[in-house]
Amino acid sequence: MDYPSKTMKQEPVRGSENLFAQTPFVRRKKRTEWVARSVFLLMALLMVCPLIFIVCYLFYKALPILSLDFLLANPARGMRAGGIWAPFVGTIYLIVISLLVSAPIGVLAAIYLNEYARDNWLTRFINLAVVNLAGVPSIVHALFGLGAFVLFAQMGRSVLAASLTLAIMTLPVIIASTRESLGSVPMAFREACWNVGATRWQTIRQIVLPNSVSGILTGIILQVSRAAGETAPIMFTGAVFYKAIPEGAIFAYGLFDQCMALSMHLFTITTQVPGVPEALPYGIAIVLVGTVLLVNAVSIVFRVAFRSRKKW
Amino acid sequence: MTVLRESSGRSLHMACIALAMLVAVTACSREGEPTDLPATGKVVVQNTGSDTMVNLAQWWAEQYAELVPAVSVEVSGGGSGTGIAALINGTADIANCSRQMEPEEIRKAQQNTGQDPQEFVVGYDALAVYVHRDNPLNEINLEQLAEIYGEDGRIDKWSQLGIENTACKSDELIRVSRQSNSGTYYYFRAALLGKERDFRLGSRDLHGSKDVVELVGRTPCAIGYSGMGYTNDRVKMLKIARKTGEPAYGPAIETALDGSYPIARPLYMYTLGRPSKETRKYLQWIYSDAGQAIVEETGFVPLPEKESKKASARLEKVE
Amino acid sequence: MEDRRRFGFISELLIEWIIRLCGISAIVFVFGIFFFVFREGSGFLFHKLNIVEFFTSPEWYPSSVSHKRYGVLALIAGTCSVTALAMLIAVPFGLGAAIFVSEFCGPKLKETFKIVIELLAAIPSVVWGFIGLTLMNELIIELFDAPIGLTVLNGGVILALMSVPVIVSIGEDALKAVPDSYREAAEALGATHWQMTYKVLLPAAKNGLLAAVLLGVARAVGETMAVLMATGHAVTIPHSLLDSVRTLTATIAAELGEAPVHSDHYQVLFLIGVLLFTITFVVNITADLIVKGIRRE
Repeated sequence: MDYPSKTMKQEPVRGSENLFAQTPFVRRKKRTEWVARSVFLLMALLMVCPLIFIVCYLFYKALPILSLDFLLANPARGMRAGGIWAPFVGTIYLIVISLLVSAPIGVLAAIYLNEYARDNWLTRFINLAVVNLAGVPSIVHALFGLGAFVLFAQMGRSVLAASLTLAIMTLPVIIASTRESLGSVPMAFREACWNVGATRWQTIRQIVLPNSVSGILTGIILQVSRAAGETAPIMFTGAVFYKAIPEGAIFAYGLFDQCMALSMHLFTITTQVPGVPEALPYGIAIVLVGTVLLVNAVSIVFRVAFRSRKKW
Repeated sequence: MTVLRESSGRSLHMACIALAMLVAVTACSREGEPTDLPATGKVVVQNTGSDTMVNLAQWWAEQYAELVPAVSVEVSGGGSGTGIAALINGTADIANCSRQMEPEEIRKAQQNTGQDPQEFVVGYDALAVYVHRDNPLNEINLEQLAEIYGEDGRIDKWSQLGIENTACKSDELIRVSRQSNSGTYYYFRAALLGKERDFRLGSRDLHGSKDVVELVGRTPCAIGYSGMGYTNDRVKMLKIARKTGEPAYGPAIETALDGSYPIARPLYMYTLGRPSKETRKYLQWIYSDAGQAIVEETGFVPLPEKESKKASARLEKVE
Repeated sequence: MEDRRRFGFISELLIEWIIRLCGISAIVFVFGIFFFVFREGSGFLFHKLNIVEFFTSPEWYPSSVSHKRYGVLALIAGTCSVTALAMLIAVPFGLGAAIFVSEFCGPKLKETFKIVIELLAAIPSVVWGFIGLTLMNELIIELFDAPIGLTVLNGGVILALMSVPVIVSIGEDALKAVPDSYREAAEALGATHWQMTYKVLLPAAKNGLLAAVLLGVARAVGETMAVLMATGHAVTIPHSLLDSVRTLTATIAAELGEAPVHSDHYQVLFLIGVLLFTITFVVNITADLIVKGIRRE
């Protein structure tokens, strides 16, 4: 028998040496692939670079004026010097009160849509309404706030009217993100509860909600940045050009007072106050952007941390 | 099931109650109406109106807050029209106006509130026409301004004004203006075009007095108008003559007060009827040396001493 | 035991009703917005408005002493021009970024990109306006030798940067929604990644991508503060990218504070608000219908 011995040279099968070599066709395909990939990478990068550039530019220009004093001092000398304490406190008031109103309503609305609603015309209507509410221009929210809260409900221009306007603005995103996180809880959990005789609300309260808390909180935290950054809705419903409050005071505004706000402050300093040192508006802008980025970063950390703790 | 999550349910309830209490506390800490009897010792004076005067009003409010911490003056802009409207609605204590109230506005105030608006002149403003500092033009007259800014006006280029604007390559005359309900816009239009003619469309209508000056400072081809107090070192103010051939005067305290500068106007503050005690004290402080010093520091024209003393005395009598 | 069960029953019912109420709150608010905005402007609408003049006249003189005119054509042209430019920039780049994020990068890079896009979306609009007023203004003056930097170009670029996150996130959702079987089939036939994307995924996801573009348009049309500060605010129909314009939103924002309550001017501004609401409503419903269209398939 003529077995090939180990010392014999192995001859490759005829024609196989070129089986996996690249033909010009394959090479062209790979090249287009590479080109396409780089083009898209470039496009994505072009979207990313402005963010980094803007934050760095703002920070660089704001450097001369940034200090702890800037945050804690009130505007002085006709708002041309001093700090941003009054607007900062005002923004915090607006954020807290508006989220106090919109978070419960939003979460409960999402619970309804996800747990109770049947697939009928009413549900479609509600979904449509949520999508539309999310798309309403911010100035129309301002008009609504003016017409409904300031004039019709006679709250006058006040922190309350401004916060309620902001609450309506932040509602749709809270509804959407809560729905998403409620939807991510597997049906099996609910079915197990129903099988042991729990009512719907008991199931939601004991099992579904606790397991989706991270997603809900993420949605709410994200709206903090929206409530902090919007100017138009508060311009006509409660924000004021200037109001003196004691420095360092936290409970400085009443519910029916008007307040200063960071976003409004940036707008007025840029457009109406002359003789402002160049770094001042940049300082306000970087505080705004910094707050917003910080809050978003917290929510992202939250999201990642909770995702790793998920047990399913 | 109930045993499992009992504690989280209870803590949720506690949190809700705590939040509700917090809201109740803040809601009760200050009451809504302006000039109400203070609930915690603070009187609020609502000061709304002219955007031209808003910086002045803010500086006054800031200084006054240091002197009299019990009184908090809330300053908002929005234009002279808004201030007057707020006065008519009863939502402002003092309305700042860079123009006089129209007779029909006075009538409406009397109808709505049953009180007569009281007028107080708190300073003067010389409205300056700004050009870029590299612009060779130094003076202009009201007729030329009307041709530049007015509807159907014919001056579109710098060369039509008889100069060669070397800083502006396209020779295009870029008109910078204010938004249509600002008192400045109103006054400038009345001074230039009277009541029958309107401004030409296509000017850049900016939001604040400062915007105008900033834009002109960056734009060699631009011309704009704003309060004298908003000047900076990148612009220069033109001298203005009433007609061709008449002498032209630059905006300054003296020319505004003696009437030689053609576009100077008084700055007004209006109250409804007799001002309340705190408001009256505030106005008296504005008429004092300290208040008028701030007028000058913000670039407006302070009242001559005789006039401020007379006005202060009048306030006493309004008792 | 009986009491506890009855109490539990009643409280359950109560809670259910509260939840139902919150559920329809969205509808209540949307209708409420339309109702209150319409109500403030309705007086003028029914008694004094000349609809033809309103939509076709470029002359906007709301505060003229002798001759008030309320024509919003120039304002509509302003909104359209800035939005069109913004979409011209944002759509290709946004869709490109969406394709990249969903198809061409690994999971870690994908997370990073998504975070960055989210942060881009979080920048407040007044900060964007501020950037337009300062940075972009000077850039445009230098680059294009323009007399003034507050123009359509300025507003368009800023709006593009603001709408990109919307397009990217919804576009990426649309691409993710294409079933994996499509991808696997294409790969089995020997297609490269790019070929698969171009020939299979894009046509399959085109409805979702169209919806993404429409929602980006709605975002751009509705933006207020950024265009208020960056477009130069001139009531004129633009002839070039370097002209200043005024948008509908900026007009309301700028003039509302100065219009005496319930005056004609005030009511017209509310009518412009109604117009804006209608535009975004129609765009949102169209986008929703398009997306529903794919789901029904």
